[in-house]
Parts: sequence; structure tokens; C-alpha cells
Amino acid sequence: MFEARGLEKVYRMGEVDVVALRGVDLDILEGELVVVLGPSGSGKSTLLNVLGGLDAPTAGRVRWRDHDLSRADDRLLTRYRRDHVGFVFQFYNLVPSLTARENVALAAEIARDPMDPAEALALVDLSGRLDHFPSQLSGGEQQRVAIARAVVKRPDVLLCDEPTGALDVATGRLVLSALAGVNRDLGTTALLITHNAAIAAMADRVLHVHDGGIARVVVNQRRAAPEELAW
Amino acid sequence: MTALWTKLRRDLWQARGQATAIAVVVACAVATSAGSVATARALARSRDLYYARSAMPDLFAEATRVPAAVAGRLAAIPGVAALETRAVGDGRVTWAGGMARVRMISVGPEGGALGRLRLRAGRLPGAGEAAVSESFAAATGLGPGDRISLIANGRQQPVTISAVALSPEYIYAMPPGGLFPDDRRFGLLWMDRPEVEAALDMEGAFDQAVFRLAPGVHPAAVADAVDAVLRPFGGLGAHGRDRLVSHRFLADEMRQLDAMAVVLPGIFLGVAAFLVSVALSRLVASQRMQLGTLRALGYGSAAIGLHYAAYAAAIALAGAALGVGLGHALGAWMSDLYRDFYRFPLLDYRADPGAMAQAAALALGASLLGAAGAVRGAVRLQPAEAMRPPAPATYRPTLLERLAGARALLSLPARMSLRGLARRPLRAALGTLGIASAVAVLVTGAFFDDAVDFMMRLAFQESLRADASVAFSRPVSRAALHELRRLPGVVAAEGSRDEPAVLRRGARSQRVAIGGAEPGARLTAIVGEARRVVPVPDEGLVVSARLAALLGARPGDRVQVELLSGRRASGELPIAATVDDVLGLTATASLDTLRRLARQGDLVTGAQLAVDPAARPSLDGALRNRPAVAAVSWRKDTIQSFRETLARTMLAMATMLVGFAVAIAGGVVYSAVRASFSERSRELATLRVIGFTRVEAWRVLVGEVALQLAAALPLGALLGLGLALLAVRSFESDLFRIPVVVDRSTWLFAVGVTVLATLLASLAALRWIRRLALADALRSGD
Repeated sequence: MFEARGLEKVYRMGEVDVVALRGVDLDILEGELVVVLGPSGSGKSTLLNVLGGLDAPTAGRVRWRDHDLSRADDRLLTRYRRDHVGFVFQFYNLVPSLTARENVALAAEIARDPMDPAEALALVDLSGRLDHFPSQLSGGEQQRVAIARAVVKRPDVLLCDEPTGALDVATGRLVLSALAGVNRDLGTTALLITHNAAIAAMADRVLHVHDGGIARVVVNQRRAAPEELAW
Repeated sequence: MTALWTKLRRDLWQARGQATAIAVVVACAVATSAGSVATARALARSRDLYYARSAMPDLFAEATRVPAAVAGRLAAIPGVAALETRAVGDGRVTWAGGMARVRMISVGPEGGALGRLRLRAGRLPGAGEAAVSESFAAATGLGPGDRISLIANGRQQPVTISAVALSPEYIYAMPPGGLFPDDRRFGLLWMDRPEVEAALDMEGAFDQAVFRLAPGVHPAAVADAVDAVLRPFGGLGAHGRDRLVSHRFLADEMRQLDAMAVVLPGIFLGVAAFLVSVALSRLVASQRMQLGTLRALGYGSAAIGLHYAAYAAAIALAGAALGVGLGHALGAWMSDLYRDFYRFPLLDYRADPGAMAQAAALALGASLLGAAGAVRGAVRLQPAEAMRPPAPATYRPTLLERLAGARALLSLPARMSLRGLARRPLRAALGTLGIASAVAVLVTGAFFDDAVDFMMRLAFQESLRADASVAFSRPVSRAALHELRRLPGVVAAEGSRDEPAVLRRGARSQRVAIGGAEPGARLTAIVGEARRVVPVPDEGLVVSARLAALLGARPGDRVQVELLSGRRASGELPIAATVDDVLGLTATASLDTLRRLARQGDLVTGAQLAVDPAARPSLDGALRNRPAVAAVSWRKDTIQSFRETLARTMLAMATMLVGFAVAIAGGVVYSAVRASFSERSRELATLRVIGFTRVEAWRVLVGEVALQLAAALPLGALLGLGLALLAVRSFESDLFRIPVVVDRSTWLFAVGVTVLATLLASLAALRWIRRLALADALRSGD
């Protein structure tokens, strides 16, 4: 699904160049659940930005199916995000003035073939909280609304950046099982970024990122259920 | 603390767009305030200095003809410190290329003892010579050495101009019965006493006395004694400086400047305070983490409070610095305008540090007041609380959405905008008020043009319909009109009569010129503000509504009328009707009513002519050769001179106001959009990441501003009317009244500029959205 070759990203911070990615080669297959593991500053978020069309690489090439993301302009990248990508972030980034259903509808309304927002919320077990505003929801609930908002458009790929970073263990498990469910039931390719090694067990493959490069790749023989994880 | 100051500097730099927008509004406030105060002070200073140096009289008395021996009795009145008697009268002059009405004034040795002449060029007039007023000289190009022909009392005599001069009694020179200066067609002529006496048949007599009073003596106390002495000689009532046209005009001007120094800056500073409050609360909200860190490091409440207060103060001071410079230029510019109007030896405009400091202090105060809420919030924030990301703000569906079915009709962005506004109604209301005030100031600045147009239409098209007005040098029989009708080019002629008079009702009295007109006159009409034509009554007076109010009279009431010329006949006349006219205090009666009152033959003092335009040059010449004709004024010239004088200054001020209004409109909407953007940048980033295009995200952003704009436009229109009313009230005087007339083009202009400013600021937001670092905005917990 993704094919990256010689991916490089250099940020110019004032007068210093910070190399975030140095020559990353990467292939991700359809339907896979991949965990990208690495300490902070290792370049994993940059990798996700580039794959998600939020940022362009300084050098190298990245393809999604038959689209060249490294050469696309803002219009094409917007189109790509709109039609194919669902994002989930550590801070849920819900629109506080919209209810759970409306937050999900925000994504559904601009999608080509969305599900019903209520259906997406049911997938993450929030059928009872449709008309609640974010301020009336717990952190875990807010994150699950964010997941519903990401999946309502039936994306081809789900990109999650530290989705459990702000949550306690029990709530984190709930969120991870919602993600795993989407990957399993809808066949959505999922890329999950974390510095939490415990989460790696639920992946098909684990990419260990270090200092802007992929240090090693571990293939799990068996995917652990999120409920089994502990950290 | 150095680190905090560095942070302050960088914060300001980061928010430079918004800071500049606020500073511009502050600058407008400071400039108007400092500029008008400095100008008013310059006028007052110049006037006081001039009055003191020229021994400006305190009391003025006119009479028909007073034997010279009576002067001794006037000088003996207790409280009189000095007295000067003069011979004063009206005539006209002609010269190669022109004709004008003049007022001849006798001048004592060395320029007189009181109200001394000041020579700008030449020397004091001797036999056969005259000094002319500077404004007249400037308008006509006449100067020392030029020869003119003076016609007074039907006699003609050659006069050589010896000097160009100024008098403190005529800093502002209005032609008799005129409503505004007309320097090309009216001048002052100072001549040696025997010359004036001879020209006016005033040998051994005087008709004007001016007094300097002992310190502490009130003019009113002396006036009664003066009136008692002069009554047998046709005394017209002694009066203080307050009824001297020149003095009064100047006083009105200063009063207007004082009003301008308060009202407009007040509004501007209110807007600025609001903008500071929005900008600073946003800054504090976005710096929660930093605030927590500062707290954790050990910075106390005082340091943090000072830090944010300094942010507001810096913007205010930057605006004030700009405003002080602008205000100085503005004051200099206004003073330049006044120089053409008010003839001082020196209009002493200088930078006024007091006015500047006061305006800057007010600006600083307003800005700090606006900052107070945000500073309090910053000081009260607990460190532990500050280090956590803020809980999601609490929203609820708005009332509108709860109406059955209404929610379904609203798009998600519309719901976001509505709920955003409803969550903080006070702020939404203030934001709306801010934009509305921009509309209001635009209306106030721009409506003057409409009002002046309207005044001119009313005065010169609907009231005065005659192409030319002729004033006779003395009352003539109505039969003289037949002669005028026979002149080449005259299509019609109607008689008119101007009678200076005092109207009294109970203890109140007012000096006016009663205009006599033929019933059914077609060349003049009495027209009110509603453009209603009031017919000339068979019996009684039609007076300005303002005059009726001054006298405390209503239609049907009777007033005592004393004519001030000839035999000073008097009688009672009813007020037949009032008219809300715009120029001057007018009173009109039929020629027959005046004839009955004066118990005199059928006389007219002037004529209104309808003229074939092609015949103007030959008719001009024919009229000029008639000694009985004192003056001819052509409507075309009058309109032009009105445009050049009153209209010009008024419109210049209005243009300046419009300039400020545009700056404020820009500042307000830019700040509104910018604040909205900062507050919602996270939301906008989310929308972009979900797949909203830039334009789709932008629409969500401008929705809130658009709603406020929509509410602000009608509100601003209402405020504009109120503000315009306030402005004309402060400009109003006995001499003219500006009607609040707002043309459709002005509404469109005010609305158009505000919408355009909003659009431009919104377009800038499109650029901010493009620059939004999507991933960063969403990852930070801040």
C-alpha cells in the first residue's frame, strides 16, 4: 500500500538543520496493523506526517497505491486525506462546540461514501453518547469519538499518533481494541505510532525507529488482543 | 526580569499584525484628541493675545446718530475705563474688474485707542485713502496703491488703498445680513474719521461706541446705563463680546473642537479597549503552559500581572506615539484651514505637550482597562492547573437550534459559529458593537457631505430661487422695481425688505433681520428641513424654529417687534408659523405687514431678479452704474463662495473623520478575524487534517465574523444616526444648523467599507490557514 524509498526530512530550526528522517525505506501492505515504535525525537511522527500527506519529504519518494505523495501539491494532498486517510492524535482534537455525532458528521459530510455517524460511533461503543459535547465526555470517550470520526469515511488507512498517550491503562485498552476492531472488521490498514513497547504485541509487524531510520523490523507470529496488553 | 521583557518583546513581534491594528485605533483616538485640543488652545491663545495687544473692547453699542457731545456722558458711566466713538456705515466699492459691499469704519489716530488696527502692509489712511481688510485684499487682489471708487449715501468718491489691515473685532468678517463670509464680495474699509463722517453725513456725530471696562465690571451692568443714554439717539442695545459675530463664531469653533476632542476619542478608545481585551485574553489562554512554567520557576503574581499589563501598555504607547505625531500634523493642518477663515496677526499653533500627554495618558488608561480582565485571569491561574491542557470548553445547543426542526437546517459550520457566539454572549456583543462603531463613525464622517448638499439645495435652490439679489443703498419706493424690470436680461423682479429688528417676548429678546417678501413670491420661498414650503403670511411672522425656541414662543403667540432703522417703529406681531430652516435665525413677514408696522410708505430695500444667464455681464454693468444699488449678489457666486468657505472646512474635517473611520473599521475587523483565528487554529487544523480544503476551513472561520458583521450593520446604522445627531448638536449654533441627512450613497459607503475591510481581513485569514502547521497544531496539548 505504501512504498517509501530513501525518504529524508530535514527541518530547518532557526540556524540549525535537524534531520528527522534519514533514508527510510518502507513497505506497508494492505490490511496490515503496523506499530511504529521509538523514543521521542526518533522521527516516527515525521514518518506519519509524510505518509498522511501532512508534510512533504525533503528527498526520496513515497507512493500510496499509484499516487506519488512526495510530488503532490496541497490540493492533491487534501484530496488524499479527505478520501483515504483517517487520523487519530494523542490529544483528541474534537471540535468542542459540536456533539459527538456532529464531530463525526464533520468528516462524513465531506466523504465520498461515508457510513452513518451513529454507526461509526456504535463501532467504538458510544451509541449512548451521541448528543454529548466533548466537555461532557471522558478522555477515553473523546478519543473513541476521534476514532469514529477517522473511520466514518471508510478510510483505506488509519494513522494513529500516540492514541493512548493521554489515557490510563484501562481506557487505553478500550481505545486500542476499538482500533483493532476497525482493522479487523473493515480491513482498514492501520499504522500506530507509540513509544509504549507494550503495544507492539498487538501488531502484525513492528518497526523500530531510531535516530531517523528504521533500526529493525519484527514480525509478530501472533497478534495479541488489546485486552491482554499491560503497561 | 530581563527574560520576561525579552518574552514580551517577542510576543509582541509575533502578534505584530494584531498589535498594529489596535495601535492604529489608539493612534486615531490620540490624534483627534491631541490635535483638536492643541488647535482649540492655539485659537484661544492667539485670540487672547491679539485681544490684549489691540485693546479689544468689552462692550459695543450702535445707534442711529449720536451727537459728539454725548460721548462725555458715556465715558462718565461707572465701570467704563475707556471709550472710543466711531462713524460706521455701509457702502460699496467698484474697481476695474469688481464690485463689493463694504463697511466703512472710522479709524482714530495710530489705528485707534480700542480694537486697534494692525497694519499688514502700507500705512494708516490719510485724506482720500483707506485701509482694506486682509481677507478682502487676499480674495480680490487689491492692495496698497490700488484705486477704487467708493459709493456711499448715493455719492461716489475716489479712494486710494493705503494699507491692508486686521482688526480684532473682525477676525471673522461676515457681510451684514449674510450667513457666511464672502470675502470677494464684502470687505472692511477703515478711513480717517472726517472722510467717513463726510461720506455718511455724520459730521459732529457718531453711530458706534466701543468700551473697555474696568477690571471686574460685568458688561451687562454697564450695558443698561449705556442703553439709557443712547435710547433717544436710536441705540440698538449695547452688547458684550458674546454677541459680536466674530467673537461668537470663534467661540463656537472652539466649543466644537472641544466636543470633538471628547466624543470621538471616547468612542475610539472604547473600541481599542475592547480589542486589547480580546487580544490579551487570547494570549493568556494560549500561554497557559508558559504561565504554569513561570509560576513553577517562582515568578510571583506581581511579575506576571505586570508582564501582561505591559503588553497592553506597549501597544497603547506605540499607538499614542503614532497618534501624537499624527495629532500634531492634524492640528497644524486644521490651523492652516483656520488661517483662511480667522484673521489673526499670528495663529500661534505649536506642539502642545500637555494635550499630547493627556491624550496618551487616556489611551494608556483605556488600554489597561481593557487588559484588566485578562491580567486578572493570568494572575489567578494556579501553577498546577496551568500545566494541564485546558478542559474542553463547555458548549450547548443554542436556543435557535432547539426550535423544532431548526437544527437540521443549520450546517455544521453554522452550528459551530452560533454556539461559539452563544457561549460568550458578552464578548460576541462587544465584538458586534466594535464593528458597529466602525460603521457608525463612517456614517458620521460621510454624512456631512450629504448634509452640506442638502443645506445648499434648501438654501440656494428651494429658498433662494432668484438668479441675482440686489441690495439698495437706502430704502426705495416699490415703484423702483419697474425700472429694474426694464433692464436688459431681467425676466422678473420681486421686491424684498430687510429690517434689522429686536424681537421681544417677556424677558427674552433677540436681534434679527426681518425679511419682507411679497405674498406669493416666486423668487424666494420659506422652506423647512422637510422641504415643506411655508407661505408668506398675510399677518404676522414666520420664524426659524430655533428663534421661536429662543424667544419661548409658539405659533399663535404674539411678540413685540422693534424696528431698528428709521423711526424705530414698534408693535406686536403674532408668530404665524415656525420653520425648521438650516441657515441662520430668520424671521419673514409680508411687505404689507412691514409697511403697516413701520408706518411708512411702500418701501423695499432690495430686489430679487430672475435673469437670462446670457445677459449677466451687461446687467452687471448696468446695475453697477446705479448709485442706488449697494450690492448685487449672484446666486452662482454665493453657492461657490459657500462651497469655498463653510463647506470646505466642514468637508475637510469630515474627510479626516472618514480617514479615521476607515482605519478603525480595518483595525476592528482585522482584530476580530485574527482573534477568531487564534482561538480556533486548532479546530481549523483538525478540519484541514480531516480533509477540509483551505477554503472550506476558511468558511468555517469567517462564519462567526460574518454573523457579527450581519448584526453589526443595522446596529451600526442606528449608532451612526445617533452619533451624527450628537455631532451636529455640537456643531450647531445660531448661525447655522446642520440637518442629519444621510443619503443612500453614504449608507452604501459605510456598509461597503466595513464589508470590504472584513473581506480583506478574511482574505488574510486564508493566508494564515495556508501557513497553519497542521501536525504541530494538533500534537501539542496546549
